[in-house]
Amino acid sequence: MLSFNLLLAVCLCYVVLLFAIAFWAEKRAEGGRLGWLRSPLVYTLSLSIYCTAWTFYGAVGYAARSGLEFATIYLGPTLIMVGWWGILRKMVRIGRTQRITSIADLISSRYGKSTLLGVLVTLLAVLGTTPYIALQLQSVTLSFAVFATDSHVATPEHWQSPDLEATALWVAAGLAIFTIVFGTRNIDVNERHHGVVTAIAVEAVVKLLALLAVGAFVVWSVADGPGDIYRYIDASPISDWQVAPGRWIGLTFLSAAAFLCLPRMFHVLVVENADERHLATASWAFPLYLFAMSLFVVPIAVVGLATMPEGSNPDLFVLTLPLSFDREVLAMFAFLGGFSSATSMVIVAAIALATMVSNHIVMPIWLATRTDGASMSGDVRNVLLLSRRLSIIGVLGLGYTYFRVSGGGTALAAIGLISFVGVAQVLPALLGGIFWRGATRVGAALGVGVGFAIWLYALLLPSFGPDAAMPAALLQDGPWGVGWLRPQALLGTGAMDPVIHALFWSILLNTLAFCAGSLLTFPTPLERLQGADFVHVFRHPAGARGWSPGMAEAEDLLIMAQRILGPSEAQALFQAEASAQGKQGYLPDTTSDFLDRLERELAGSVGAATAHAMLGQITGGAAVSVEELMRVADETAQIMEYSAQLEAKSAELSRTARQLREANEKLTALSIQKDAFLSQISHELRTPMTSIRSFSEILRDGGVEEPEARSRYAGIIHDEALRLTRLLDDLLDLSVLENGQVTLNEQDVMLSQVIDRAVTATGSRADGLRIRRNPADEQVPLRTDPDRLAQVFINLIANARKYCDAAEPELGIAVRRGGVAVSVDFVDNGAGIPRDAQAVIFEKFSRLGDTSAAGGAGLGLAICREIMVRLGGGISYLPGQGGAAFRVTLPLANVRAA
Amino acid sequence: MSTSRPPVFLERQSYRRRRLADAARLLPLAGAVAFVFPVFWSGGDEAAARPATADAGLYVFAVWLGLIVLAALLSGRLVRHGEDADQDG
Repeated sequence: MLSFNLLLAVCLCYVVLLFAIAFWAEKRAEGGRLGWLRSPLVYTLSLSIYCTAWTFYGAVGYAARSGLEFATIYLGPTLIMVGWWGILRKMVRIGRTQRITSIADLISSRYGKSTLLGVLVTLLAVLGTTPYIALQLQSVTLSFAVFATDSHVATPEHWQSPDLEATALWVAAGLAIFTIVFGTRNIDVNERHHGVVTAIAVEAVVKLLALLAVGAFVVWSVADGPGDIYRYIDASPISDWQVAPGRWIGLTFLSAAAFLCLPRMFHVLVVENADERHLATASWAFPLYLFAMSLFVVPIAVVGLATMPEGSNPDLFVLTLPLSFDREVLAMFAFLGGFSSATSMVIVAAIALATMVSNHIVMPIWLATRTDGASMSGDVRNVLLLSRRLSIIGVLGLGYTYFRVSGGGTALAAIGLISFVGVAQVLPALLGGIFWRGATRVGAALGVGVGFAIWLYALLLPSFGPDAAMPAALLQDGPWGVGWLRPQALLGTGAMDPVIHALFWSILLNTLAFCAGSLLTFPTPLERLQGADFVHVFRHPAGARGWSPGMAEAEDLLIMAQRILGPSEAQALFQAEASAQGKQGYLPDTTSDFLDRLERELAGSVGAATAHAMLGQITGGAAVSVEELMRVADETAQIMEYSAQLEAKSAELSRTARQLREANEKLTALSIQKDAFLSQISHELRTPMTSIRSFSEILRDGGVEEPEARSRYAGIIHDEALRLTRLLDDLLDLSVLENGQVTLNEQDVMLSQVIDRAVTATGSRADGLRIRRNPADEQVPLRTDPDRLAQVFINLIANARKYCDAAEPELGIAVRRGGVAVSVDFVDNGAGIPRDAQAVIFEKFSRLGDTSAAGGAGLGLAICREIMVRLGGGISYLPGQGGAAFRVTLPLANVRAA
Repeated sequence: MSTSRPPVFLERQSYRRRRLADAARLLPLAGAVAFVFPVFWSGGDEAAARPATADAGLYVFAVWLGLIVLAALLSGRLVRHGEDADQDG
């Protein structure tokens, strides 16, 4: 049999080991050699403080009493962890960007850095956590009691011996020392407690291995493997268990809510989180941990129920089972597991609560009592450290007092769920705060307040039993005899389980009050800023501006910052900011960005509300106003509108530039053509002029006697003169057309007649150009100027005749009547017009390649185009027809209904 | 005020990432539904009709393990794909 002293010695060794580990981790962290201390594994293990002694010992007892229901306490956190992407990731990101120090800080910071909300949540947390700490002390004393007695059955009288009460005191004192040594080494909570976290991780491993070892012992040593356990379960009272739907669902929800809201869980989940990616690993690793923790709970419970004597406390089966089989080392291991569960929970809870108490209760009071405000004398750091250390002692003292006053027993065992319901009251304000911008301070305060009140009235006070905290008459008949208001049967819902009843009513009314309060009130500017920052934390990582610039002296700020952050840290911060602004020295301009940054740094030490209040005192309360907020928004809007205008202008400019470039290209091409034309036209003019001059000289000099020769020469002169006249006619014609001086001679005429005329005029049959027509299509009555239209057609046919280079030239004339226009296509079977020339063929003086053979001046198509424009139609080149193809269109106005 | 809106349509990779994030958000809901199931076993009066406690336990633990495996698969992928999955759409 283990002696009590040996047990104590082992226990002390274990504590020394924990101190050593924590110390070693702190040393490593100071040296910057964190390595695996910052790994996702350590993060996951640190979350295991969720599994307190209540779950280490209590889960088996719970299973012995209520079957599988114990699992709900783990299922809720499993769902939250598995859904990390939705909620936890956002909380962690907000915690990082806003330098959040606790759950009270998160709520207070979100709702405009409200001191009231910080105090409210802190009070709730203290009230909810104190009994829980008492529960841990009880479990440690109870487990000591198991070893202190020769019988393996723990009954209440054993832990009432003075020795064991002293044990609780020693445990509490030891925890206080550990927490103070490793939990208040640094002020800035965001600098993280590596020593504490590492020790907790070690404890997490110890308690998991302990439970697994006991479980393995029970399954494979006491029983005959899993199959035998199955039979044990069937034979045990647990087999009668059936799901109580309300409790099953309610407790799963409750444990999920508590997992998010418990101050200690928030501390390890959010505040101690070093890297968001650790959350991803924890999302499956922590459920796996919980899974392993609960795997052997039912086997231990059923085997304990079957083998232990009647009346044994099932809460201690984890210890008493190995002892009853004389496995003392295993029992010792299990004891250390339970001890680890209790201590790790108490340590983190004490740190979290002390941070909350000192930041949200002590500091505001201290600030308010100082008449000289934030630029006070003395080192705030010392005040803060002292208040935090005193808070730790206070929290543990409260837990110890509660343990002594309540006297342990079943009232304490039930407190686990009761305190869960208490802290869950923060849930609506928490979720509303990070997902709903409309949530306001008044709504949050109302919600938390109402939930808090109902929790007190319907659960906490009645839990002490009749006449303890509440008169029995009130419990029985309700206040003033109003049965509807009986604490455990609000509106006659007494059929519900008391915990579920209180959970249902408190969360329901809490949420209603929260929503109604938020909908009916108007938030302050700071709340709106913070709301936008929190809800859109993934979209605006930079954060909005909360201060008007230029109202504070940088020196005052530096003095204050030195007192909170410490001289070297504050000077480094100010120097970095100054150099970022391009200034020398330690005093940057007090821009709103800098004030924001400074406030966040301070918030990492003293909490958002206190940091805001301190800055507010120095800046003379120059926090941003609604008008300021709107002005900033307006400025942004104006800038954006301006940039949108610039963009539009720039787009327009580039469009214009493109058009100009095209125009320039066209002009250049035209200029080249004109040059070419000028040389062409001079050539064209000079050639007939030369022959006219030479032949007229011959005639003048009278050297030619024969009349035939003379008349032939005169004929040549005449022909050449005609050619000149034609050229000049063309130029004149085009000029008239372009200047709009032409008068049209409109008549009713059939299209076929005009084409007939053109074909006849060109006489193309004579020189081999075959013309394909479809006379049926051409029966289109028109009202137009037939002479002008014929001129266009003649030009097109003549062009085909001149330029078509096919062996058997052929021209197709196709008439199509569309809905709005009639089109006449002239398609030949030659080589067509090169793509780059297509753009200019309708320009004046445009001629393709070496066209001296053609004898034209390049005006034909230009004239055609002008004529068609006058006639209200158009002419265009049709690419891709297998040869040169022109389309002449005459619009609807000229097409008369047949 | 015309802020720069996130694009309405995404290339295949970003689209997959967002659906991955959707799956991660839906997983706890699916888990909750699976965990609620035992509630319906308690309805009937005849004890023979409802599963034994041991079987119910096996069911709960199987769902639990399934959730853990799925969460491990999803979180691994989400971390590899980084931040792009934040926006909804």
